[in-house]
Amino acid sequence: MAAAPASAAGRAPVSAPIPARVWVAYAGLALLLALLPWLVGGVLGLGNAWLRTLNFAVLYVMLALGLNIVVGFAGLLDLGYIAFYAVGAYMYALLASPHFGLHLPAWAILPAGAALAGLFGVILGAPTLRLRGDYLAIVTLGFGEIVRIFLNNLNAPVNITNGPQGVSGIDPLAFFGVSLAKPVVVAGITLLPLAATYYVFLLLALGVVFVTLRLENSRIGRAWVAIREDEVAAKACGIDTRNIKLLAFAMGASFGGVAGGLFAGFQAFVSPESFSLMESVMVLCMVVLGGMGHIPGVILGAVLLSLLPEAFRYAAVPVQKYLFGHVVVDPESLRMLLFGLALILVMLYRPAGLWPSPLRKRELKRSGP
Amino acid sequence: MDIFIQQIINGLVLGSIYALVALGYTMVYGILGLINFAHGEVVMLGALTAYSTITGLLGLGVPLPLAALAGLAVAALLCMAVGYTVERIAYRPLRGAPRLAPLITAIGVSIVLQNGAMMVWGRNYHAFPNLVPERQYDVFGATITLLQVLTVLLAALTMAGLMLLVLRTKLGRAMRATAENPAIAQLMGVDVNRIVSLTFVLGSALAALAGLMVSANYSIAHYYMGFILGLKAFTAAVLGGIGNLAGAMVGGILLGLIESLGAGYIGDLTGGFFGSNYQDVFAFFVLIAVLVFRPSGLVGEKVAERA
Amino acid sequence: MTKTCPARPAHPLASAVPLALLIAAALAGCGNKEEPKPAAAPAAAPAAAPTITVRIGHVGPLTGPQAHLGKDNEDGALLAIDDLNAQGVEIGGAKAKFELLSEDDQADPKQGTIVAQKLVDAKVNGIVGHLNSGTTIPASKIYFDAGIPQVSGSATNPKYTQQGFNTAFRVMTNDVQQGLVLGEYGVKALGAKKIALVDDRTAYGQGLADEVEKSIKANGGEVVAREFTNDKATDFKAILTKIKSKKPDLIVYAGMDAQAGPLMKQLRELGIKSNFLTGDGGCTPEFMKLAGEAAEGQMCSLPGVPLDKMPGGPAFVNKFKVKFNTDIQLYAPYVYDATMVLADAMKRAGSADPAKYLPEVAKTDYQGVTARIAFDAKGDLKSGPISLYKYVGGKLQFVETVGGGAGGSGGDAPVPAKGDGQK
Repeated sequence: MAAAPASAAGRAPVSAPIPARVWVAYAGLALLLALLPWLVGGVLGLGNAWLRTLNFAVLYVMLALGLNIVVGFAGLLDLGYIAFYAVGAYMYALLASPHFGLHLPAWAILPAGAALAGLFGVILGAPTLRLRGDYLAIVTLGFGEIVRIFLNNLNAPVNITNGPQGVSGIDPLAFFGVSLAKPVVVAGITLLPLAATYYVFLLLALGVVFVTLRLENSRIGRAWVAIREDEVAAKACGIDTRNIKLLAFAMGASFGGVAGGLFAGFQAFVSPESFSLMESVMVLCMVVLGGMGHIPGVILGAVLLSLLPEAFRYAAVPVQKYLFGHVVVDPESLRMLLFGLALILVMLYRPAGLWPSPLRKRELKRSGP
Repeated sequence: MDIFIQQIINGLVLGSIYALVALGYTMVYGILGLINFAHGEVVMLGALTAYSTITGLLGLGVPLPLAALAGLAVAALLCMAVGYTVERIAYRPLRGAPRLAPLITAIGVSIVLQNGAMMVWGRNYHAFPNLVPERQYDVFGATITLLQVLTVLLAALTMAGLMLLVLRTKLGRAMRATAENPAIAQLMGVDVNRIVSLTFVLGSALAALAGLMVSANYSIAHYYMGFILGLKAFTAAVLGGIGNLAGAMVGGILLGLIESLGAGYIGDLTGGFFGSNYQDVFAFFVLIAVLVFRPSGLVGEKVAERA
Repeated sequence: MTKTCPARPAHPLASAVPLALLIAAALAGCGNKEEPKPAAAPAAAPAAAPTITVRIGHVGPLTGPQAHLGKDNEDGALLAIDDLNAQGVEIGGAKAKFELLSEDDQADPKQGTIVAQKLVDAKVNGIVGHLNSGTTIPASKIYFDAGIPQVSGSATNPKYTQQGFNTAFRVMTNDVQQGLVLGEYGVKALGAKKIALVDDRTAYGQGLADEVEKSIKANGGEVVAREFTNDKATDFKAILTKIKSKKPDLIVYAGMDAQAGPLMKQLRELGIKSNFLTGDGGCTPEFMKLAGEAAEGQMCSLPGVPLDKMPGGPAFVNKFKVKFNTDIQLYAPYVYDATMVLADAMKRAGSADPAKYLPEVAKTDYQGVTARIAFDAKGDLKSGPISLYKYVGGKLQFVETVGGGAGGSGGDAPVPAKGDGQK
């Protein structure tokens, strides 16, 4: 998809003036994003299930961008990222539900959730500063499991999380007194809850994109890349590797925290089973498959891997009927099988990801790792 | 006291099983620096193949010892074929690619194997036949079954055999050379591709053995059994120092002991606040503590440089 | 890593081709799927048309670790659909053709809501499912918003019906009802003074175990150990060894058969002589296969009344075996009843329109294969009876029914009950 422009733009310096056609492309993209709910619901006639899937896709974009800071920018392999999503989700669930009888507003909880998740990021980061590569991976994996197990068991002796039963009846997201659970009227246009939620999610996701873009080219961003490429050299250049690494964990985690809060408000129910290890692995797949360290690539990866399993849900039966005339394999087994195959094939054909950063691509061409 | 001894025995048996699976992870890691996420699924394939072969043969009236051996042989052959194919298709083309690329294909392979097995063996749990007469021995008031004794012995024997292979044979030397530096090994006339393939085949044969033993011990076989087992074994391998054979053994046994003692005593240690529901938390805390003080595992020497 | 042999396909367009194919296939799939929708929607309304199509949605995990239970539920629903079509049900004067739309939620709450939305989009007339409480609860909000009646055959979390949704029903007793019976039976009937409790930390296991614990204490028993495992575990020796030191008379397990079986076996391997009692999750032929001889004489409970004591029960067992060539796993009869309850309400309302027949679901009084089904104000099963069984010779032997007051009660002569084990 991105093959042709990427190779042409490969050598363009980052700060070159942006040509007009790029602006046109941006405007087109903005228009597409703005009209997407109508396109999905009305023009394509795909129905609300796809709109809901789209909302989850936007949440995953936030998660993937957060993890990208840790894995893509700073080069720290994190297999427990979903823990921060869980922290944000439970923060929202406990502060805005009948469980404790608290009903704080979303604008207060979401930043608090982000801050708490960031703190958890530092708690995870601190003992693991000396660890590298796969040792770090297993410790982060353990951390993710520890958080999940605590959430699953803190219903006794004092009931904090309500254990495996989960927290239900969570308040829907509401901003400035407007609840997203009911149709929202904006400038004479009535938005259904799913569409209104989409715009809120999209807005926050764009905020995350903006922050990560700014971070990427900041001093901090360059420090992360330096640590990724060679930690010892980075230290020798005067980079405070300890604080910079902790900052990566905290920043990445806080994005996860925001996404978690949105998830809780959207679902109106959270339980520990939503935060399994497999979810962490999925987010990692999105980052790597899209193009580690490259923001447009990571977004592409997140969108694609959220939509693909749902697309297979629709395609599994008709494709079989088309190929063999009848259903040979039951569609459910086939769906996950195809998903696994898709992961393998994409990586085989594009080892650096679907849309790798131009810089990374050049490095790869020059030599091995 | 008899309870404590019993917990130690429980931990040893569980640990031997972890160790056996961990060997497969560590062999591949040692040579390629790759976490073979699909190893747990190969163990699962081994268990299910052995199940089908053994119950099939028993149904035909073949005596049990013969059926068990045949089951192991068929499972080993199938796992070896799968291991070889997976390496050729999903890992070899990605040597020299960014480091996380093969991790993603490994996850893909694991999803494919799991759902493939679900199609072949169905969604139900299978009751694995008893391979060994149910005999129990009394050790200072604790009990141990014949099967458990055999499990520990077999794990130790496998480990010893593997050590001999790696340290004393020409193939082992080639494997060590490849692990040290594949480019130089190639220059010295080692066929690196062949060595890597052989490592995968050997690791998969071990996986088949491990699968058979897991299923025999818990009399259960299911297409989803590989995931958790693989995860635990991977943890064990890292605990011991991944890439190091002795480390896998030490890590496996230690993880088994930690889990067993954790479940048994965590309640008493924390005044009843935490119960056996925090067994895994306890295990991961020990893991983190070990790695904080020894960042490359208990036995590991080499620090993995790449992230 | 080695620097040799970087043999990999490099053409950048190579990846675009399969991707485009995938997307095209997906879109084509959607198109096909959507086409019958406009046709079905008007047909569902009680027009003068001689036949109407009634679409029932079913959701459960069809992949992942609980797929065997999800498939079992789906089979139960399929059988109900077949029976309804064979009966030639008439709804409001029109001949009804029933269809099942089955979806996989992988026991994941997020996917649970996506497929719920998908079924709502497809304008199903009713929902049976989901299997897990964790997916049932978030999905129930979507069905409630769409006004579509939902009957779960297996979600036991009391919260499900406490959300104030008039669309949420279940034909399964909740944890409170079953826990009460298990605890009382353990103390009173089995005469256990010291009881050890193990649960699997799932919503089901923990919920049930908490209720059992309360019931044990209320009946004057003592809980000497409360241990935990998880729903993917295979080794239970550590917690069992700890239990052994407390010397309990009875061990109660709250969780599924895949753990209960090996746990029972390991119990005996450690030389623990205590009795064993488990809830519906372990009351299956699978448990006996996995536990082997160790299961002999131990007990379990199932909501409802034994199938062979119910009108249509034995026929159900036979039909199930013939159609699917497998034993009933666990909840299939309940899901069968759930489907029948929906159809029954449609018949009485003379309409398959959710808005029209929803009030009739609440007024249900239906003789199902698991129990006589009537709902209380929240949508829970009114006075759910619980039956106790003993594992004897590889079969579940009915002992007695407690509470409820429907169907057969009291300890009759032992009869082989649900399923018929292996061979």
